[in-house]
Amino acid sequence: MNHVVVEKLKTRFADAAFEFSEFRAELTVVVPKEIITEVCQYLKEAPELTYDSLSDLCGIDMNTPAKRFGVIYNLYSLATKHRIRLKTFCEEEDPTVPTVTGVWGTANWHEREAYDMFGMDFQGHPDLRRMYMPEEFEHFPLRKDFPLMGIPGSLPLPKK
Amino acid sequence: MEQHVEEVTRRTKILQALEDQNTSVSFDDPLENQMVLNMGPQHPATHGVLRVLLRLDGETVVASIPELGYLHRGYEKLAENCTYHEFIPHTDRLDYLSPMNNNVAYVLAVEKLLGIEAPPRAQYVRVMVKELARISSHLMFLGSLAMDVGALTVWMWAFREREKQYDLFERIAGARFTTSYTRIGGVAQDVTPETLELVKKFVYDLPGHIKECEKLLNKNRIFVDRTDGIGVITKEQAIDLCYTGPGLRACGVGHDLRRANPYLVYKDLDFDIPVYEGGDALARYYVRMDEIKESVKILKQVLAKMPQGDVHAFKPKKVLPRKERVYTKMEELIHDFMLVNFGVEPPVGEVYQAVEAPKGELGFYIHSHGEGYPWRLKIRSPSFVNLQTLPVMLQGCMISDVVAIIGSLDPVMGEADK
Repeated sequence: MNHVVVEKLKTRFADAAFEFSEFRAELTVVVPKEIITEVCQYLKEAPELTYDSLSDLCGIDMNTPAKRFGVIYNLYSLATKHRIRLKTFCEEEDPTVPTVTGVWGTANWHEREAYDMFGMDFQGHPDLRRMYMPEEFEHFPLRKDFPLMGIPGSLPLPKK
Repeated sequence: MEQHVEEVTRRTKILQALEDQNTSVSFDDPLENQMVLNMGPQHPATHGVLRVLLRLDGETVVASIPELGYLHRGYEKLAENCTYHEFIPHTDRLDYLSPMNNNVAYVLAVEKLLGIEAPPRAQYVRVMVKELARISSHLMFLGSLAMDVGALTVWMWAFREREKQYDLFERIAGARFTTSYTRIGGVAQDVTPETLELVKKFVYDLPGHIKECEKLLNKNRIFVDRTDGIGVITKEQAIDLCYTGPGLRACGVGHDLRRANPYLVYKDLDFDIPVYEGGDALARYYVRMDEIKESVKILKQVLAKMPQGDVHAFKPKKVLPRKERVYTKMEELIHDFMLVNFGVEPPVGEVYQAVEAPKGELGFYIHSHGEGYPWRLKIRSPSFVNLQTLPVMLQGCMISDVVAIIGSLDPVMGEADK
Protein backbone atom coordinates (compact mmCIF):
# COMPACT_ATOMS: atom_id res chain seq x y z
CA MET A 1 0.00 0.00 0.00
CA ASN A 2 2.88 2.37 0.82
CA HIS A 3 4.24 2.37 -2.74
CA VAL A 4 0.75 3.11 -4.12
CA VAL A 5 0.63 6.28 -2.03
CA VAL A 6 4.14 7.25 -3.14
CA GLU A 7 3.30 6.71 -6.81
CA LYS A 8 0.02 8.60 -6.60
CA LEU A 9 1.57 11.56 -4.82
CA LYS A 10 4.44 11.71 -7.33
CA THR A 11 2.03 11.72 -10.27
CA ARG A 12 -0.42 14.21 -8.83
CA PHE A 13 2.16 16.67 -7.47
CA ALA A 14 4.88 16.24 -10.09
CA ASP A 15 7.01 19.27 -9.24
CA ALA A 16 6.65 19.21 -5.45
CA ALA A 17 9.70 18.44 -3.32
CA PHE A 18 8.52 15.47 -1.26
CA GLU A 19 10.79 13.37 0.90
CA PHE A 20 9.70 9.78 1.41
CA SER A 21 11.00 7.50 4.13
CA GLU A 22 9.94 4.21 5.61
CA PHE A 23 10.60 2.88 9.10
CA ARG A 24 9.00 -0.25 10.59
CA ALA A 25 6.75 -0.43 7.50
CA GLU A 26 5.31 3.05 8.23
CA LEU A 27 5.49 5.58 5.43
CA THR A 28 6.45 9.16 6.26
CA VAL A 29 6.12 11.92 3.68
CA VAL A 30 7.69 15.32 4.28
CA VAL A 31 5.52 17.87 2.50
CA PRO A 32 6.41 21.54 1.85
CA LYS A 33 4.13 23.62 4.05
CA GLU A 34 2.76 25.68 1.16
CA ILE A 35 0.91 22.72 -0.32
CA ILE A 36 0.02 20.82 2.86
CA THR A 37 -3.72 21.61 2.70
CA GLU A 38 -3.84 20.64 -0.95
CA VAL A 39 -2.04 17.34 -0.32
CA CYS A 40 -4.33 16.53 2.61
CA GLN A 41 -7.42 17.30 0.54
CA TYR A 42 -6.11 15.05 -2.24
CA LEU A 43 -5.29 12.16 0.13
CA LYS A 44 -8.74 12.41 1.66
CA GLU A 45 -10.65 12.48 -1.58
CA ALA A 46 -8.62 10.40 -4.05
CA PRO A 47 -10.28 7.06 -4.70
CA GLU A 48 -8.18 4.06 -3.57
CA LEU A 49 -6.54 6.26 -0.92
CA THR A 50 -9.48 7.80 1.04
CA TYR A 51 -7.63 8.86 4.18
CA ASP A 52 -10.89 9.95 5.72
CA SER A 53 -9.78 10.25 9.33
CA LEU A 54 -7.00 12.27 10.85
CA SER A 55 -6.00 10.08 13.79
CA ASP A 56 -3.62 12.53 15.27
CA LEU A 57 -1.91 15.83 14.65
CA CYS A 58 0.95 17.02 16.79
CA GLY A 59 3.73 19.53 16.84
CA ILE A 60 7.42 18.84 17.30
CA ASP A 61 10.41 20.97 18.16
CA MET A 62 13.49 19.71 16.30
CA ASN A 63 15.73 22.27 18.06
CA THR A 64 17.67 22.94 14.86
CA PRO A 65 18.58 26.38 13.46
CA ALA A 66 16.66 25.76 10.24
CA LYS A 67 13.21 24.20 10.10
CA ARG A 68 12.89 24.18 13.86
CA PHE A 69 9.20 23.40 14.27
CA GLY A 70 7.27 20.65 12.61
CA VAL A 71 3.71 19.42 12.42
CA ILE A 72 3.01 15.70 12.13
CA TYR A 73 -0.21 14.32 10.69
CA ASN A 74 -1.09 10.67 11.27
CA LEU A 75 -3.73 9.71 8.73
CA TYR A 76 -5.89 6.63 8.71
CA SER A 77 -8.24 5.24 6.11
CA LEU A 78 -11.33 3.44 7.37
CA ALA A 79 -11.72 1.74 3.98
CA THR A 80 -8.19 0.44 3.36
CA LYS A 81 -7.24 0.31 7.08
CA HIS A 82 -3.90 1.85 6.19
CA ARG A 83 -1.89 4.53 7.96
CA ILE A 84 0.52 7.09 6.61
CA ARG A 85 2.25 10.03 8.20
CA LEU A 86 2.77 13.49 6.78
CA LYS A 87 5.23 16.00 8.12
CA THR A 88 5.76 19.63 7.41
CA PHE A 89 8.27 22.08 8.84
CA CYS A 90 8.42 25.80 9.47
CA GLU A 91 11.13 28.24 10.52
CA GLU A 92 11.63 29.61 14.01
CA GLU A 93 11.26 33.23 12.81
CA ASP A 94 8.07 32.47 10.92
CA PRO A 95 6.23 29.66 12.73
CA THR A 96 3.19 29.56 10.47
CA VAL A 97 1.54 26.53 8.95
CA PRO A 98 -1.72 26.48 6.96
CA THR A 99 -4.59 24.89 8.84
CA VAL A 100 -6.22 21.61 7.80
CA THR A 101 -9.44 22.20 9.75
CA GLY A 102 -11.20 22.58 6.40
CA VAL A 103 -10.21 19.03 5.46
CA TRP A 104 -10.88 17.22 8.74
CA GLY A 105 -12.97 18.85 11.46
CA THR A 106 -11.03 16.97 14.14
CA ALA A 107 -7.91 19.04 13.38
CA ASN A 108 -9.47 21.96 15.28
CA TRP A 109 -8.53 20.88 18.80
CA HIS A 110 -5.29 19.20 17.74
CA GLU A 111 -4.07 22.42 16.15
CA ARG A 112 -5.09 24.38 19.22
CA GLU A 113 -3.04 21.97 21.31
CA ALA A 114 -0.03 22.28 18.99
CA TYR A 115 -0.31 26.07 19.18
CA ASP A 116 -0.59 25.90 22.96
CA MET A 117 2.49 23.72 23.32
CA PHE A 118 4.77 25.04 20.54
CA GLY A 119 3.38 28.42 19.51
CA MET A 120 2.80 27.56 15.89
CA ASP A 121 0.36 29.84 14.14
CA PHE A 122 -2.11 27.80 12.10
CA GLN A 123 -3.24 30.24 9.46
CA GLY A 124 -6.95 30.15 8.75
CA HIS A 125 -7.84 28.32 11.97
CA PRO A 126 -11.34 29.37 13.11
CA ASP A 127 -10.63 29.55 16.84
CA LEU A 128 -6.92 29.48 17.68
CA ARG A 129 -6.88 29.63 21.47
CA ARG A 130 -4.80 27.79 24.02
CA MET A 131 -6.08 24.28 24.74
CA TYR A 132 -4.68 23.46 28.17
CA MET A 133 -2.69 26.39 29.53
CA PRO A 134 -4.37 29.58 30.77
CA GLU A 135 -4.79 32.30 28.16
CA GLU A 136 -2.44 34.67 30.07
CA PHE A 137 0.44 32.19 29.97
CA GLU A 138 3.27 33.61 27.88
CA HIS A 139 5.44 30.58 27.16
CA PHE A 140 5.17 27.45 25.07
CA PRO A 141 5.89 24.54 27.39
CA LEU A 142 6.84 21.76 24.98
CA ARG A 143 9.56 23.80 23.29
CA LYS A 144 12.97 22.38 24.06
CA ASP A 145 14.15 25.66 25.59
CA PHE A 146 11.35 25.62 28.19
CA PRO A 147 12.76 24.13 31.41
CA LEU A 148 11.21 20.96 32.81
CA MET A 149 10.62 22.56 36.21
CA GLY A 150 8.79 25.50 34.65
CA ILE A 151 9.53 29.19 34.95
CA PRO A 152 8.86 30.58 38.44
CA GLY A 153 6.09 33.17 38.45
CA SER A 154 4.95 32.38 34.93
CA LEU A 155 1.67 30.84 36.06
CA PRO A 156 -0.63 33.36 37.70
CA LEU A 157 -2.00 31.96 40.95
CA PRO A 158 -5.29 33.05 42.54
CA LYS A 159 -4.98 35.82 45.14
CA LYS A 160 -5.25 34.75 48.77
CA MET B 1 -45.14 40.46 67.50
CA GLU B 2 -41.64 41.35 68.59
CA GLN B 3 -40.37 38.06 67.18
CA HIS B 4 -41.94 38.85 63.84
CA VAL B 5 -40.18 42.21 63.62
CA GLU B 6 -36.87 40.55 64.45
CA GLU B 7 -37.43 38.02 61.70
CA VAL B 8 -38.09 40.75 59.15
CA THR B 9 -34.91 42.67 60.09
CA ARG B 10 -32.83 39.52 59.82
CA ARG B 11 -34.15 38.83 56.35
CA THR B 12 -33.50 42.40 55.24
CA LYS B 13 -29.94 42.09 56.46
CA ILE B 14 -29.38 38.98 54.33
CA LEU B 15 -30.86 40.69 51.31
CA GLN B 16 -28.69 43.71 52.01
CA ALA B 17 -25.62 41.49 52.09
CA LEU B 18 -26.58 39.92 48.79
CA GLU B 19 -27.07 43.32 47.19
CA ASP B 20 -23.72 44.52 48.48
CA GLN B 21 -21.91 41.64 46.87
CA ASN B 22 -23.44 42.51 43.55
CA THR B 23 -25.04 39.14 43.04
CA SER B 24 -28.37 40.23 41.66
CA VAL B 25 -28.90 40.60 37.92
CA SER B 26 -31.87 42.30 36.34
CA PHE B 27 -33.24 41.70 32.87
CA ASP B 28 -35.65 43.87 30.92
CA ASP B 29 -37.55 40.86 29.71
CA PRO B 30 -36.33 37.46 30.89
CA LEU B 31 -37.80 35.65 27.87
CA GLU B 32 -35.86 37.77 25.40
CA ASN B 33 -32.47 36.92 26.82
CA GLN B 34 -30.13 34.01 26.40
CA MET B 35 -28.40 32.82 29.50
CA VAL B 36 -24.85 31.56 29.81
CA LEU B 37 -24.49 28.71 32.25
CA ASN B 38 -21.14 27.54 33.52
CA MET B 39 -21.07 23.80 34.23
CA GLY B 40 -18.03 22.43 35.99
CA PRO B 41 -15.11 22.05 36.44
CA GLN B 42 -16.31 20.95 39.88
CA HIS B 43 -19.51 19.14 38.97
CA PRO B 44 -20.28 15.53 39.88
CA ALA B 45 -21.68 14.67 36.44
CA THR B 46 -18.70 15.89 34.43
CA HIS B 47 -16.60 12.83 35.30
CA GLY B 48 -13.71 14.78 36.69
CA VAL B 49 -12.81 18.32 35.85
CA LEU B 50 -14.50 19.01 32.55
CA ARG B 51 -15.87 22.51 32.21
CA VAL B 52 -18.63 23.22 29.73
CA LEU B 53 -20.00 26.66 28.96
CA LEU B 54 -23.59 26.45 27.81
CA ARG B 55 -25.58 29.15 26.09
CA LEU B 56 -29.23 28.55 26.88
CA ASP B 57 -32.42 29.75 25.33
CA GLY B 58 -34.93 28.84 28.01
CA GLU B 59 -34.07 25.22 28.67
CA THR B 60 -32.60 24.50 25.25
CA VAL B 61 -28.86 24.48 24.65
CA VAL B 62 -28.05 26.84 21.78
CA ALA B 63 -24.28 26.45 21.83
CA SER B 64 -21.67 24.92 24.06
CA ILE B 65 -17.92 25.16 24.54
CA PRO B 66 -15.98 22.48 26.43
CA GLU B 67 -12.94 23.86 28.26
CA LEU B 68 -10.10 21.50 29.04
CA GLY B 69 -6.87 21.73 30.94
CA TYR B 70 -7.90 21.57 34.59
CA LEU B 71 -6.00 18.29 34.98
CA HIS B 72 -3.10 19.07 32.65
CA ARG B 73 0.06 17.61 34.14
CA GLY B 74 2.35 17.83 31.14
CA TYR B 75 3.02 14.14 30.62
CA GLU B 76 4.42 14.73 27.17
CA LYS B 77 7.09 17.04 28.61
CA LEU B 78 7.80 14.54 31.39
CA ALA B 79 8.16 11.75 28.84
CA GLU B 80 10.95 13.65 27.10
CA ASN B 81 12.83 13.64 30.39
CA CYS B 82 12.50 10.04 31.50
CA THR B 83 13.72 6.80 30.00
CA TYR B 84 11.28 4.57 28.18
CA HIS B 85 10.95 2.32 31.24
CA GLU B 86 10.42 5.20 33.62
CA PHE B 87 7.40 6.40 31.70
CA ILE B 88 5.36 3.22 32.25
CA PRO B 89 3.94 4.29 35.66
CA HIS B 90 2.86 7.61 34.15
CA THR B 91 0.65 5.79 31.65
CA ASP B 92 -1.46 4.48 34.57
CA ARG B 93 -2.53 8.05 35.22
CA LEU B 94 -3.92 8.67 31.75
CA ASP B 95 -7.15 6.69 31.60
CA TYR B 96 -7.23 5.73 35.25
CA LEU B 97 -10.31 3.55 34.78
CA SER B 98 -8.37 1.08 32.63
CA PRO B 99 -4.68 1.54 33.48
CA MET B 100 -3.74 -1.92 32.18
CA ASN B 101 -4.81 -0.88 28.72
CA ASN B 102 -2.54 2.16 28.67
CA ASN B 103 0.39 0.09 29.95
CA VAL B 104 -0.06 -2.36 27.10
CA ALA B 105 -0.56 0.36 24.48
CA TYR B 106 2.60 2.19 25.53
CA VAL B 107 4.90 -0.84 25.59
CA LEU B 108 3.53 -1.98 22.23
CA ALA B 109 4.61 1.36 20.78
CA VAL B 110 8.08 1.09 22.34
CA GLU B 111 8.42 -2.51 21.19
CA LYS B 112 7.50 -1.49 17.66
CA LEU B 113 10.20 1.17 17.82
CA LEU B 114 12.75 -1.33 19.14
CA GLY B 115 11.68 -4.04 16.73
CA ILE B 116 11.14 -6.69 19.40
CA GLU B 117 8.13 -8.77 20.33
CA ALA B 118 6.94 -10.24 23.60
CA PRO B 119 6.79 -14.06 23.89
CA PRO B 120 3.41 -15.79 23.32
CA ARG B 121 2.46 -16.21 26.96
CA ALA B 122 3.10 -12.52 27.66
CA GLN B 123 0.93 -11.63 24.67
CA TYR B 124 -1.94 -13.75 25.98
CA VAL B 125 -1.56 -12.27 29.45
CA ARG B 126 -1.64 -8.79 27.92
CA VAL B 127 -4.84 -9.57 26.03
CA MET B 128 -6.31 -10.92 29.26
CA VAL B 129 -5.55 -7.80 31.31
CA LYS B 130 -6.60 -5.58 28.42
CA GLU B 131 -10.03 -7.18 28.18
CA LEU B 132 -10.41 -7.12 31.96
CA ALA B 133 -9.65 -3.41 31.80
CA ARG B 134 -12.23 -2.95 29.05
CA ILE B 135 -14.87 -4.63 31.21
CA SER B 136 -13.82 -2.48 34.15
CA SER B 137 -14.12 0.72 32.11
CA HIS B 138 -17.48 -0.26 30.61
CA LEU B 139 -18.83 -1.16 34.04
CA MET B 140 -17.86 2.30 35.20
CA PHE B 141 -19.68 3.72 32.18
CA LEU B 142 -22.75 1.62 32.98
CA GLY B 143 -22.84 2.73 36.59
CA SER B 144 -22.20 6.39 35.95
CA LEU B 145 -24.62 6.73 33.02
CA ALA B 146 -27.35 5.07 35.06
CA MET B 147 -26.58 7.32 38.01
CA ASP B 148 -26.54 10.43 35.83
CA VAL B 149 -30.11 9.67 34.76
CA GLY B 150 -31.19 8.76 38.27
CA ALA B 151 -30.78 5.00 38.79
CA LEU B 152 -28.50 4.52 41.76
CA THR B 153 -28.80 0.74 42.15
CA VAL B 154 -26.97 -0.03 38.92
CA TRP B 155 -24.03 2.09 40.09
CA MET B 156 -23.76 -0.04 43.23
CA TRP B 157 -24.03 -3.28 41.30
CA ALA B 158 -21.49 -2.22 38.71
CA PHE B 159 -19.09 -1.26 41.46
CA ARG B 160 -19.54 -4.60 43.17
CA GLU B 161 -18.18 -6.25 40.01
CA ARG B 162 -15.39 -3.68 39.62
CA GLU B 163 -14.36 -4.40 43.20
CA LYS B 164 -13.85 -8.06 42.28
CA GLN B 165 -11.77 -6.92 39.32
CA TYR B 166 -9.59 -4.74 41.49
CA ASP B 167 -8.91 -7.79 43.64
CA LEU B 168 -7.86 -9.63 40.48
CA PHE B 169 -5.61 -6.76 39.40
CA GLU B 170 -4.02 -6.80 42.83
CA ARG B 171 -3.23 -10.49 42.44
CA ILE B 172 -1.94 -10.01 38.89
CA ALA B 173 0.07 -6.80 39.21
CA GLY B 174 0.42 -6.16 42.94
CA ALA B 175 -1.59 -2.93 42.89
CA ARG B 176 -5.30 -2.34 42.61
CA PHE B 177 -5.42 0.96 40.79
CA THR B 178 -2.06 2.06 39.42
CA THR B 179 -0.96 -1.25 38.03
CA SER B 180 2.20 -0.45 35.93
CA TYR B 181 2.05 -4.10 34.95
CA THR B 182 3.74 -4.30 31.59
CA ARG B 183 7.44 -4.11 30.83
CA ILE B 184 9.20 -3.55 27.54
CA GLY B 185 9.38 -7.06 26.09
CA GLY B 186 6.92 -8.68 28.47
CA VAL B 187 5.03 -8.21 31.69
CA ALA B 188 6.24 -7.53 35.22
CA GLN B 189 5.57 -11.03 36.53
CA ASP B 190 3.88 -14.20 35.43
CA VAL B 191 0.29 -14.94 36.38
CA THR B 192 -0.07 -17.81 38.83
CA PRO B 193 -2.46 -20.72 38.10
CA GLU B 194 -4.53 -19.75 41.17
CA THR B 195 -5.04 -16.25 39.79
CA LEU B 196 -6.08 -17.69 36.44
CA GLU B 197 -8.68 -19.80 38.29
CA LEU B 198 -10.03 -16.66 39.97
CA VAL B 199 -10.16 -14.83 36.64
CA LYS B 200 -12.03 -17.81 35.21
CA LYS B 201 -14.54 -17.71 38.05
CA PHE B 202 -15.05 -13.98 37.56
CA VAL B 203 -15.47 -14.35 33.80
CA TYR B 204 -18.04 -17.13 34.15
CA ASP B 205 -20.00 -15.28 36.85
CA LEU B 206 -20.04 -11.89 35.12
CA PRO B 207 -22.69 -12.45 32.39
CA GLY B 208 -25.29 -13.26 35.06
CA HIS B 209 -24.57 -10.00 36.89
CA ILE B 210 -24.64 -8.01 33.64
CA LYS B 211 -28.02 -9.52 32.89
CA GLU B 212 -29.29 -8.31 36.27
CA CYS B 213 -28.24 -4.75 35.41
CA GLU B 214 -29.75 -5.01 31.95
CA LYS B 215 -33.04 -6.14 33.45
CA LEU B 216 -33.10 -2.94 35.45
CA LEU B 217 -32.34 -0.68 32.47
CA ASN B 218 -33.19 -2.09 29.05
CA LYS B 219 -36.95 -1.83 29.41
CA ASN B 220 -36.93 0.86 32.05
CA ARG B 221 -39.20 3.64 30.82
CA ILE B 222 -37.27 6.39 32.59
CA PHE B 223 -33.86 5.22 31.39
CA VAL B 224 -34.96 4.72 27.78
CA ASP B 225 -36.79 8.06 27.67
CA ARG B 226 -33.73 9.85 29.03
CA THR B 227 -31.34 8.30 26.48
CA ASP B 228 -33.30 7.42 23.34
CA GLY B 229 -32.74 9.98 20.59
CA ILE B 230 -30.56 12.09 22.90
CA GLY B 231 -27.13 13.35 21.83
CA VAL B 232 -27.41 12.20 18.23
CA ILE B 233 -24.34 12.35 16.00
CA THR B 234 -24.38 11.21 12.39
CA LYS B 235 -21.90 8.87 10.77
CA GLU B 236 -20.40 11.65 8.62
CA GLN B 237 -19.96 14.03 11.55
CA ALA B 238 -18.40 11.25 13.61
CA ILE B 239 -15.83 10.39 10.93
CA ASP B 240 -15.07 14.06 10.29
CA LEU B 241 -14.37 14.59 14.00
CA CYS B 242 -12.50 11.26 14.18
CA TYR B 243 -14.81 9.92 16.85
CA THR B 244 -13.59 6.42 17.71
CA GLY B 245 -14.50 3.53 19.94
CA PRO B 246 -17.97 2.45 21.04
CA GLY B 247 -19.39 5.84 20.08
CA LEU B 248 -18.38 5.38 16.45
CA ARG B 249 -19.79 1.85 16.41
CA ALA B 250 -23.06 3.27 17.75
CA CYS B 251 -23.22 5.41 14.56
CA GLY B 252 -23.18 2.37 12.31
CA VAL B 253 -19.44 2.20 11.50
CA GLY B 254 -18.05 -1.22 12.34
CA HIS B 255 -14.51 -0.02 12.93
CA ASP B 256 -12.47 -1.73 15.62
CA LEU B 257 -8.66 -1.62 15.63
CA ARG B 258 -8.52 -5.11 17.14
CA ARG B 259 -9.96 -6.33 13.86
CA ALA B 260 -8.73 -3.65 11.44
CA ASN B 261 -5.02 -3.60 12.45
CA PRO B 262 -4.65 -6.68 14.66
CA TYR B 263 -1.97 -6.48 17.33
CA LEU B 264 -1.02 -9.00 20.06
CA VAL B 265 -2.96 -12.22 19.38
CA TYR B 266 -6.32 -10.74 18.43
CA LYS B 267 -6.21 -12.29 14.97
CA ASP B 268 -6.38 -15.78 16.55
CA LEU B 269 -9.39 -14.92 18.67
CA ASP B 270 -13.01 -15.11 17.65
CA PHE B 271 -15.19 -12.16 18.59
CA ASP B 272 -17.87 -9.97 17.05
CA ILE B 273 -17.95 -6.19 16.73
CA PRO B 274 -21.29 -4.86 17.95
CA VAL B 275 -22.67 -2.14 15.69
CA TYR B 276 -25.82 -0.06 16.23
CA GLU B 277 -27.33 2.54 13.95
CA GLY B 278 -28.92 5.08 16.28
CA GLY B 279 -25.95 7.31 17.03
CA ASP B 280 -27.64 8.37 20.28
CA ALA B 281 -26.93 7.78 23.95
CA LEU B 282 -29.03 4.61 24.02
CA ALA B 283 -27.09 3.09 21.10
CA ARG B 284 -23.81 3.91 22.85
CA TYR B 285 -25.14 2.12 25.92
CA TYR B 286 -26.12 -0.97 23.88
CA VAL B 287 -22.74 -1.12 22.14
CA ARG B 288 -20.88 -1.07 25.43
CA MET B 289 -23.09 -3.71 27.01
CA ASP B 290 -22.54 -5.98 24.00
CA GLU B 291 -18.82 -5.29 24.16
CA ILE B 292 -18.71 -6.56 27.73
CA LYS B 293 -20.17 -9.84 26.46
CA GLU B 294 -17.62 -9.96 23.62
CA SER B 295 -14.82 -9.33 26.10
CA VAL B 296 -16.10 -12.24 28.17
CA LYS B 297 -15.99 -14.36 25.02
CA ILE B 298 -12.40 -13.27 24.35
CA LEU B 299 -11.38 -13.91 27.95
CA LYS B 300 -12.79 -17.45 27.86
CA GLN B 301 -10.73 -18.20 24.74
CA VAL B 302 -7.62 -16.60 26.20
CA LEU B 303 -7.91 -18.65 29.38
CA ALA B 304 -8.38 -21.84 27.37
CA LYS B 305 -5.51 -21.13 24.96
CA MET B 306 -3.00 -19.59 27.41
CA PRO B 307 0.37 -21.15 26.47
CA GLN B 308 3.12 -22.01 28.92
CA GLY B 309 6.52 -20.37 28.76
CA ASP B 310 8.43 -17.27 29.62
CA VAL B 311 6.81 -13.83 29.92
CA HIS B 312 9.99 -11.91 28.99
CA ALA B 313 11.58 -11.65 25.59
CA PHE B 314 15.21 -12.80 25.57
CA LYS B 315 16.78 -9.51 24.51
CA PRO B 316 19.33 -8.74 27.25
CA LYS B 317 20.17 -5.26 25.96
CA LYS B 318 16.52 -4.21 25.68
CA VAL B 319 14.55 -6.03 28.37
CA LEU B 320 15.12 -5.45 32.09
CA PRO B 321 16.58 -8.61 33.68
CA ARG B 322 14.91 -10.38 36.60
CA LYS B 323 15.91 -9.10 40.03
CA GLU B 324 17.18 -12.45 41.34
CA ARG B 325 19.59 -12.67 38.38
CA VAL B 326 20.70 -9.04 38.80
CA TYR B 327 21.81 -9.86 42.34
CA THR B 328 23.65 -13.06 41.41
CA LYS B 329 24.98 -12.70 37.83
CA MET B 330 27.58 -10.21 36.57
CA GLU B 331 26.20 -9.98 33.01
CA GLU B 332 22.67 -9.12 34.17
CA LEU B 333 24.01 -6.62 36.69
CA ILE B 334 25.75 -4.73 33.89
CA HIS B 335 22.66 -4.77 31.68
CA ASP B 336 20.46 -3.62 34.55
CA PHE B 337 22.86 -0.76 35.27
CA MET B 338 22.92 0.33 31.64
CA LEU B 339 19.17 0.04 31.14
CA VAL B 340 18.28 1.90 34.32
CA ASN B 341 20.84 4.69 33.94
CA PHE B 342 20.94 5.26 30.20
CA GLY B 343 17.71 3.69 29.09
CA VAL B 344 16.99 1.31 26.29
CA GLU B 345 18.44 2.91 23.18
CA PRO B 346 16.18 2.44 20.17
CA PRO B 347 17.28 3.26 16.62
CA VAL B 348 16.60 6.68 15.09
CA GLY B 349 13.08 6.71 13.75
CA GLU B 350 9.45 7.33 14.47
CA VAL B 351 6.47 5.06 15.02
CA TYR B 352 2.79 5.44 15.69
CA GLN B 353 1.08 2.55 17.43
CA ALA B 354 -2.62 2.62 18.15
CA VAL B 355 -4.73 0.15 20.07
CA GLU B 356 -8.44 -0.11 20.67
CA ALA B 357 -8.85 1.22 24.21
CA PRO B 358 -12.27 1.03 25.93
CA LYS B 359 -12.90 4.64 24.93
CA GLY B 360 -11.53 4.56 21.41
CA GLU B 361 -8.22 4.74 19.63
CA LEU B 362 -5.35 5.18 22.05
CA GLY B 363 -2.20 5.93 20.12
CA PHE B 364 1.40 6.67 21.04
CA TYR B 365 3.59 8.50 18.57
CA ILE B 366 7.26 8.22 19.47
CA HIS B 367 10.03 10.14 17.73
CA SER B 368 13.42 8.77 18.67
CA HIS B 369 16.81 10.38 18.11
CA GLY B 370 18.55 7.17 19.18
CA GLU B 371 18.92 8.24 22.80
CA GLY B 372 17.62 6.68 25.98
CA TYR B 373 14.89 9.31 26.12
CA PRO B 374 12.20 9.89 23.53
CA TRP B 375 12.70 13.12 21.59
CA ARG B 376 8.96 13.56 21.36
CA LEU B 377 6.18 11.39 22.69
CA LYS B 378 2.65 12.26 21.74
CA ILE B 379 -0.31 10.64 23.43
CA ARG B 380 -3.32 10.45 21.15
CA SER B 381 -5.96 9.97 23.79
CA PRO B 382 -9.47 8.91 22.80
CA SER B 383 -11.23 11.06 25.40
CA PHE B 384 -9.60 14.24 24.09
CA VAL B 385 -10.74 13.63 20.54
CA ASN B 386 -14.15 12.26 21.52
CA LEU B 387 -14.90 15.33 23.65
CA GLN B 388 -14.71 17.40 20.50
CA THR B 389 -18.02 15.86 19.45
CA LEU B 390 -19.72 17.24 22.56
CA PRO B 391 -20.84 20.58 21.00
CA VAL B 392 -22.43 18.62 18.12
CA MET B 393 -24.30 16.35 20.50
CA LEU B 394 -25.40 19.10 22.86
CA GLN B 395 -26.75 21.35 20.11
CA GLY B 396 -30.50 21.73 20.59
CA CYS B 397 -30.86 19.38 23.54
CA MET B 398 -32.51 20.19 26.86
CA ILE B 399 -30.37 21.19 29.81
CA SER B 400 -31.37 18.07 31.75
CA ASP B 401 -29.95 15.93 28.93
CA VAL B 402 -26.47 17.43 29.22
CA VAL B 403 -25.46 15.07 32.03
CA ALA B 404 -26.88 12.08 30.16
CA ILE B 405 -24.90 13.00 27.05
CA ILE B 406 -21.64 13.53 28.92
CA GLY B 407 -22.29 10.21 30.67
CA SER B 408 -22.85 8.44 27.36
CA LEU B 409 -19.69 9.99 25.92
CA ASP B 410 -17.75 8.54 28.86
CA PRO B 411 -14.74 10.88 28.93
CA VAL B 412 -11.91 10.48 31.42
CA MET B 413 -10.24 13.78 32.09
CA GLY B 414 -6.96 12.21 33.17
CA GLU B 415 -6.44 11.18 29.58
CA ALA B 416 -8.12 14.13 27.88
CA ASP B 417 -5.88 16.59 29.75
CA LYS B 418 -2.72 14.48 29.82
